Amino acid sequence: MKQEAFEKQNQAAWEQMEAWIEALNTRRVDKLDDGESIGRDFPGLYRKVCHHLALARARRYSAGLQQRLNQLALDGHQHMYRARLPFFSATARFFANDFPAAFRRHWRYVLASHLVFYLPALGMALAVILQPALIYSLLDPGTVFSMETMYDPDNDRLGRERQSDTDLMMFGYYVYNNISIGFQTFAGGLLFGLGSLFFLIFNGLYFGAVATHLTVAGYTSTFWTFVIAHGAPELTAIVIFGAAGLMLSLKAIAPGRKRRWHAVRDAASDALPLVYGGTAMLLLAAFIEAFWSSTSWPPTWVKYTVGTVFWVLTYGYLLLLGRNEPR
Amino acid sequence: MSLVLRSRLLTLGIPTAQSRLLLDTTHDIATPEGVELKLPVAGLAARSLAWLIDAMIKLIVASFGSTAFLVFGGAGVGLMLLLAFTLLWLYNVLFEVFLNGATPGKKALGVRVVNLNGTPVGWSGSTIRNLLRFIDLLPGTYLLGLLSVSLSARFQRLGDLAAGTIVVYDTAVVPPMRAGADKPLPITVPLSAVEQQAIVSYAERAPRMNDERVAELASLLEPVLGQVDSDTLKRHASWIAGSGQ
Repeated sequence: MKQEAFEKQNQAAWEQMEAWIEALNTRRVDKLDDGESIGRDFPGLYRKVCHHLALARARRYSAGLQQRLNQLALDGHQHMYRARLPFFSATARFFANDFPAAFRRHWRYVLASHLVFYLPALGMALAVILQPALIYSLLDPGTVFSMETMYDPDNDRLGRERQSDTDLMMFGYYVYNNISIGFQTFAGGLLFGLGSLFFLIFNGLYFGAVATHLTVAGYTSTFWTFVIAHGAPELTAIVIFGAAGLMLSLKAIAPGRKRRWHAVRDAASDALPLVYGGTAMLLLAAFIEAFWSSTSWPPTWVKYTVGTVFWVLTYGYLLLLGRNEPR
Repeated sequence: MSLVLRSRLLTLGIPTAQSRLLLDTTHDIATPEGVELKLPVAGLAARSLAWLIDAMIKLIVASFGSTAFLVFGGAGVGLMLLLAFTLLWLYNVLFEVFLNGATPGKKALGVRVVNLNGTPVGWSGSTIRNLLRFIDLLPGTYLLGLLSVSLSARFQRLGDLAAGTIVVYDTAVVPPMRAGADKPLPITVPLSAVEQQAIVSYAERAPRMNDERVAELASLLEPVLGQVDSDTLKRHASWIAGSGQ
């Protein structure tokens, strides 16, 4: 068949397809009116266009016609194979099941990440106990001084006591700062793990140094009451981001039987539940830190009790939820 | 296919799967319908310009936002930081997921993000590629991303490679159909299917080229068809395409 006869024969179908694409681009598929002139059988029309494209190639019709049909088929393909996810039920299912399940499924990485974070923290704590001046190897004296004044019990005005409008300011700051660190810890996995390890170890050392320094200085009633509650989701989330980063890095270093980028791609989508979950935990932590940790009116024992409950809840959630459903 | 065989075929002018890959910047996807679709992949220039437009939009929003929020004092600073976080990490993801793979900058350049299998990018692909942007911009000025886009076959930065996404042109430039444009004139020389296809494609593209180029391309056929001017060649094209039959 000559090209122009082919065009004449199928012109109507192509125009119908164009009308479909136009309609699907502007409206959702379930909102399309049944009575519209474009017909009902989009999949059939799409397959027909694919068939025409194959014919046009085999019969060596002109490049322009092939391009036109290729574009039509591509646009159709976009709508035919678009993933439509029920966002809200998927989100609920994610937090009730998928995230804690992913935490346990990747327990090797999660455990390694815990060690890489908490061992340096512990080491630094011991070092600062034995040799208090060692804190200046990490923090400059100005920072140490401001930390001390912030948590000095003699102030009788808790380090971060403030008006409610500054609560909101600190919430913004914690979201911006902490979640950025979390994302960077994950992304750093792509540098063969160096980035993730750096963020985990550095933050571990920093946390160990500051906590020990203030404890040794006798500021326990202010410092620990401040950090204990939000520390549960916050530190755990950083460790989870670290685990996600380590997953990336291991596949970048040792892709196994897959091609390297293929292995990294699979690892990235495997690690994604940890990233989403970690983000939610850091949001929660920022909220607690800004609006609960900063309060000074609750007695010390209330703060410790609430803090302990948060730790139990965090690990209880991650270790126990979503056990029944098959993944 | 071995390198020797491939170069042999290339010198003979026989297209192979490999040579097509080398010579064209399309990404081919196989569909369940058994036909191969060709996606035109966007290169460094289009992507950089799209990034620049997005960066300017973010800058303008950030500066307006910070001025507006300043009224609220400490709370305003908090809102400002939330805005900064959104622009830094969520801007691209939200636009790509909800606006069919295109941020405003990409939209302006006519490019968008799709998965390697040609389907629209979703939450996972967009999240991975945009979180790993942090690695692409190392060590500042997007050096790693630049290298990756320049060296990878489908102009992917590292985030794209890990997410399995590519940036493609939204619509190809399609020449209008030209049924019955010129009075058909038969060709007496036997031509292969590929050669006939080239002549029809020539007639299609002619309106978008200047006259000198049109004439120059027509003159290439002198050894085959003898002296032909561009109008004659277009009439031959009409004959091949079957005008008036």
